[in-house]
Amino acid sequence: MARTQSAAAAAGRDLLSRPAEAGATRPRSRRRLRKAVELTLLLGPPVGLFVGFVIVPMIFAAWYSLYNWNGFGPLTDFIGFQNYSGVLTGPVFHQALLHNVIIALLSVAIQLPISIGLALLLNRRQHGRTFLRLAVFAPFVLSEATAAVMWYELLQPGGPVDALLKGVGLGGLIHYWLASTSLVLYTVFVVATWKYIGFGTVLLLAGLQGIPPELREAAAIDGATPWQATRTITLPLLGPTIRIWIFLSVIGALQLFDLVWIMTQGGPANASSTMLTYQYVNGVERTQWGYGATVSVVLFVISFVFALVYQRYALRRDTAGAVTRAVV
Amino acid sequence: MRGSRKPAIVATAVATALTIAACSSSSSSSSSSTGASSSSSSTTKVTLTWWNNGNTQPLLGVWQTVAAQFHASHPNITISINPIQSDLFVTKMPIALKSDNPPDIFQQWGGGQEATQFTSGKLANLSSLTSSWISELGTAAAGWQVNGQQYGIPYDQHVVGFWYRKDLFAKAGITSPPTTVAQLESDDAKLKAAGITPVAVGGGSRWPDAFYWEYFAVRECSQSDLQSAIKAINMSAPCFSKATQDLSAFMATNPFQGGFNATQAQTGAGSSAGLLANGKAGMELQGDWETSVVPALTANKNIISELGWFPFPQVPGGAGNPSAVLSGGDGFSCTTGAAEPACAEFLQYIDSTPVQEMLVQKAGIGLPANSTAESVLTNPALQAAAKAHDTAAYAAVYFDIAFPTNPGQALDNAIADYFAGKGSNETIINSVSSSSGH
Repeated sequence: MARTQSAAAAAGRDLLSRPAEAGATRPRSRRRLRKAVELTLLLGPPVGLFVGFVIVPMIFAAWYSLYNWNGFGPLTDFIGFQNYSGVLTGPVFHQALLHNVIIALLSVAIQLPISIGLALLLNRRQHGRTFLRLAVFAPFVLSEATAAVMWYELLQPGGPVDALLKGVGLGGLIHYWLASTSLVLYTVFVVATWKYIGFGTVLLLAGLQGIPPELREAAAIDGATPWQATRTITLPLLGPTIRIWIFLSVIGALQLFDLVWIMTQGGPANASSTMLTYQYVNGVERTQWGYGATVSVVLFVISFVFALVYQRYALRRDTAGAVTRAVV
Repeated sequence: MRGSRKPAIVATAVATALTIAACSSSSSSSSSSTGASSSSSSTTKVTLTWWNNGNTQPLLGVWQTVAAQFHASHPNITISINPIQSDLFVTKMPIALKSDNPPDIFQQWGGGQEATQFTSGKLANLSSLTSSWISELGTAAAGWQVNGQQYGIPYDQHVVGFWYRKDLFAKAGITSPPTTVAQLESDDAKLKAAGITPVAVGGGSRWPDAFYWEYFAVRECSQSDLQSAIKAINMSAPCFSKATQDLSAFMATNPFQGGFNATQAQTGAGSSAGLLANGKAGMELQGDWETSVVPALTANKNIISELGWFPFPQVPGGAGNPSAVLSGGDGFSCTTGAAEPACAEFLQYIDSTPVQEMLVQKAGIGLPANSTAESVLTNPALQAAAKAHDTAAYAAVYFDIAFPTNPGQALDNAIADYFAGKGSNETIINSVSSSSGH
């Protein structure tokens, strides 16, 4: 009896299962098809663009970099890694690289504290907060070219900046801001700071908004001073935003071009050159396109290695589960 | 005009690391000849794409008129104008000449740059198509030859000399322009004593610095020394070192405005041309295009009549002919293809006397390639410049154009570095021969 029942039940399951299985196959294949279509539609265009405008040009750049090529006619003069030894051993390139590194270090050392300070200030409820936020962010909205032309004019000898310094009794500080080989890089850095401080501030403000106010309130109830609360609660919780800002800032510093080119063309005497002004002068202006491509590749490798190392060691915690582990 | 050949600000320069590859793998020519074969006698209609640097008035309008008039007299040939800012030719031409669709006519400054472009194999040899009339240009056309063949045709010429403010010279008690460097230095001292910056130079643009060293070389070197140096891309002849010594001595007198290393040549009132235009400097060593540059930089409507011109002063004991000038010019090349005869015909039209006179009268060109048109020049300063050019024993092309592009630019950079207090005679002399070393 029991056997019969169980056999019947088995048979029933069997009978039931067939149509059920057949029914399950169709939706699953449909799901699979739908997923494939979705992936193709959503990923196809960006992957196509990425391959077409990033990967393929990178391959071309690497290819050109092995040739002595003035941009006209076919690539015939294969010179192996001569361009690379030229770039990597050239004192002018070293100087340009050093300038990029100085700008990157100064950004972190000076722009970051200012941005944090401004973000903390603008996060407080106070009169005119919206206006102040706008004022701080406004320079970032300007294009680099516009900002550079404007500052070029402001910094002319006897120009508005000099007049302002004179007006407030600081005439002794007046220098040839763009003509002095020892000063020009720092002048450019100050302009870059003016231009990008708003971006850092807004990024950090967004980070501050994500910190629950209860944490500071609880700390205040426990007797923490505002400075203690900032140091031990706000700043650590702002960590991920700060680390992302540093990443963007360093990559931006490595690729600095427009601002410098328009204000100084990397001069005088390469005193404000960056890797990209070096590339423009030696690759484009001198029509040494193979050499210019080599500078591109070197800059790419430097940026890529920095990005990888930074992702691995600094951003690891922030991106855990999003980048470092496959999403199941 | 060289005046707009190298403006200071390249706002559109691209900043990404991989730009070169991205650009080089694409084609940018917008259109090209549509006819299979052509000449004015042919009934086939042809459209010629024309890339020129007349992207601002007055040249923009003049070229439009020229194209329209040419089409009216040659109904089968239509000119499609594409004005492009001068600096962009540096990046656009290699890409265009690499493509299958380059412009039919494009801006050409001749010399070593043309020779560099010649390696693309896309430049049309215009020798046979222009042989019937090219002699009308005299020696002017020689600067647009490669291997003795005419791969470009000039439409104007340039001469570099000192533009000065007659009112400021008078204020400083200078009665006549200097003829020797010693006199120039003494006049500088007089201007300084009158509270006037003697000389404005656009060091931030680099190429104006090069004019000084090059002119000292033109004064110190014989014509054969200059020619050999350009041909061999080698400046080891002792006269070039003398040029550096002369420059060094001249610079020791501090003739230039403060912060000259960052001053642009032609952009804004603070540029070197702007300083001259606004009476903040007594003179500037510049090309004859100065008259078309300064009016936009000052509110002074009479500025042109307030400017005088004198040739670069003499250097005692120099081996160069005292009348030699530093020179250059603008022209056009045609690309290979079916439209070559129509293109040559158009260039002949541009060099015809009526068009050349229009360029002088309406576009402010001081030295037309066809010197017959100089008769309509009315500005005494430009007349002086044209006379100096026409009576010169020989004209040395600015070195950055005469040399192939790479050594030419390397020389400009080395001289600009020297102006900024970096580098030495050796870095200038060796810049052209070691230009592959960067």
